[in-house]
Amino acid sequence: MGAEGMELGFKGVLKELLAYKSGALGVVILVFLVALSIYTVVAIPYDKAIKLWRGEEEVWIENPRNAQPIWVKYWEYLRGRNLPETIKRDTSDSKQYGVYKSLRAIPGTNLKRLYIEFSFKYEYDDFPSEINIFFSSKFNESAPILRIAWEKPGGNKIELLDFIPRDKYDRLYLSIEHDVLKVLRSYVEEKLYALGKNPEVPLSVEKALFAVEDESMSSSLTVKPLKGTYKLIIEGLLFGKDSDVDARLIIYGKVYGMCGTDHLRRDLTIAMLWGLPIALSFGLIASLTITFLQLIIATISGYYGGWIDALIQRLTELYMILPFLPFLIMIAAFYKLDIWVILAAIIILNIFGGGIKSTRALVMQIKEYPYIEAARAYGASSKRIVLLYIIPKILPPVIPGLIGAVPGYVFLEAALSLLGLGDPFLPTWGKVINDSYRWGALYKGYYYWVLQPSFMLILTAFAFAFIGFALDKIVNPKLREI
Amino acid sequence: MEQSLLDVRNLHLYYATRKGVVKAVDDISLSLKRGETVAVVGESGCGKTSTARAIIRLLPRNVHLYRGSIILDGKNIMELDDERFRKDVRWKKISMVFQGAMNSLNPILKAGYQVAEPLMIHENMSKVEALKRAGEALRMVGIHESFIDRYPFELSGGMKQRVVIAMALITRPQIIILDEPTSALDVITQANIMNLLKKLKNELELSYIFITHDIALSSELADKVAVMYAGEIVEMADAETFYVKPSHPYAEKLMASVPTLRTDKQLDFIPGAPPSLIYPPPGCRFHPRCPYAFDKCMKERPTAVDLGSGHYVKCWLYA
Repeated sequence: MGAEGMELGFKGVLKELLAYKSGALGVVILVFLVALSIYTVVAIPYDKAIKLWRGEEEVWIENPRNAQPIWVKYWEYLRGRNLPETIKRDTSDSKQYGVYKSLRAIPGTNLKRLYIEFSFKYEYDDFPSEINIFFSSKFNESAPILRIAWEKPGGNKIELLDFIPRDKYDRLYLSIEHDVLKVLRSYVEEKLYALGKNPEVPLSVEKALFAVEDESMSSSLTVKPLKGTYKLIIEGLLFGKDSDVDARLIIYGKVYGMCGTDHLRRDLTIAMLWGLPIALSFGLIASLTITFLQLIIATISGYYGGWIDALIQRLTELYMILPFLPFLIMIAAFYKLDIWVILAAIIILNIFGGGIKSTRALVMQIKEYPYIEAARAYGASSKRIVLLYIIPKILPPVIPGLIGAVPGYVFLEAALSLLGLGDPFLPTWGKVINDSYRWGALYKGYYYWVLQPSFMLILTAFAFAFIGFALDKIVNPKLREI
Repeated sequence: MEQSLLDVRNLHLYYATRKGVVKAVDDISLSLKRGETVAVVGESGCGKTSTARAIIRLLPRNVHLYRGSIILDGKNIMELDDERFRKDVRWKKISMVFQGAMNSLNPILKAGYQVAEPLMIHENMSKVEALKRAGEALRMVGIHESFIDRYPFELSGGMKQRVVIAMALITRPQIIILDEPTSALDVITQANIMNLLKKLKNELELSYIFITHDIALSSELADKVAVMYAGEIVEMADAETFYVKPSHPYAEKLMASVPTLRTDKQLDFIPGAPPSLIYPPPGCRFHPRCPYAFDKCMKERPTAVDLGSGHYVKCWLYA
């Protein structure tokens, strides 16, 4: 025999929740966020995420620096601009298109002649952000001598430099190579003089390499990228029988991944995704623990009264005026901060929070109900009365508060990270905002860097706030008319 | 003389309030034999419920004085500490049906569970077994066993009252304190409940302390009547004697104010209001409202006068 018209339990609450627009919206967002966090934790395991986030530059070297997210490319595409993506050419990958390598021994000598030609089509409306070549060479006594040349679509060939790898693995940062810059400057000047123009603002390496060779070359503000097929040619002389050289050319684009990259070339997708389970669990754990501890303390205070009550109330009042932030800064000064320390600090600094006052008021009201007195009369212990009678009665009004408090703690964690009081290891949204702030993201126009974590924070807050509002209406029927 | 089951002697219960000490129960003595019902009657605020609370030791926080002796089965239960009292006396020996049954059920627990709860608390019975016993108890009070799965809001007032009675019965106590058990019910339900209480009393040999303001209703059940006024018992008599001829002027007035059906009788009433229990009138507490009051009543407190066969009156008229 069930109670008709009254649905209890999770299913019933969910059904009622979905009846409210805000509740349904909140549930939809929350389900999405939870699904995304589960996907994240499964797809990028914690260790891997930490390695990717905290790894040395090696992990990220093939990513462009401060690249915009891919959706910016689509947006720009609609406006008629095709932003460059990263182009990679690698001789160790023989199947790749646009790679030619030949290595011939010169008869009668101990020498070998190397010829590598990378060719790629460049159809973008902006310059690449960086160009690097990575060498992996095998040699015994003498290192190979490599001559690197660049061929533009028109057939203009520029001898860039001679390069001798110092190690088995060496890299050539073309963009910051002084010799290359010098060669390119004189090349550009020559071209300009031929056109009767003077150079005004010198071009960077990438711009010079990809420039349309006309008057616009005179300034890096007017220069335009030349579309067509480019070639990078490496000719080399190798010493020793089994010597060999493989090269990898990377033309860094200006867009990368779903969320772009930061100043360390790190893929922000990692932080956006991993920030989610961290934020959700942090907010939920903090909110649940604090709410239930407050509930228990408030119940003890209200039910037992007397000196216990007085003690708890004075403590609560004391806690309510304690400044939270200086405490955390102090803790940060003395202990190594990680997410657990922050969580513990937040819980400890909040257990005697203002919530105790309102819950205590409820308890004091409920404990005078006749049925509580009846329970006392038939010998129910205080423990039983508190657990079976009082707590279930005060739980409904407490739950919406619990849900509503989650974004508060999520924001708190982000705010602490922004202030540099966050966990330095975990990829969290607050940490990303902190990085972007520190590296001048808004000043430099990397708005995605700030907006993405902010958007995620707001989305999370919305989910819980919407559910909280709807729950409040469910457990507080008086609010329904409003 | 037959041994009393419950013997209350010189019971005091004073409350401390901001305005002063409220003498809610002021030196009360009464005794109860097995299978006997004592009706405690009186106006609102005369200390009836406080007497019940004092007996079962359900005291508010602001108790100023709680003294006297309550001897149950030859043992003074006033000497037990709170924990022992809770375990050994409440519901084991004495249980209570509260005023306003509608409110003495927890709205979020099923009726059966609440009836079974005292068993789980006092006899460590398993939930299944306790619920079975609860079903039996519900049947005993005239509710179908299937109602153990109902929530209180699904029950009518009379049903709730029966559930509360079942709850009081389940541990088979010897004494049940009935505190206005029918005050919120309509007359038909009231009659039903009264018949049920009578039936249970005979079947289970229960002793009742029946607290009511309704003197007519008390006659249904009472073997003995105690009339309370301003925290004191002013008259104690056998039902046969009392209902025929009450002796104390207050009891007399109380009887005269009972309406009778279709007789053209001028209903009597007692002028004035019940006195303050903080500053009770000097002398006899009833003297400001008593039609027979004379000088002595205003100065000296009357002591109990024995009129024979357990009939006591606190009134100077009989001294």
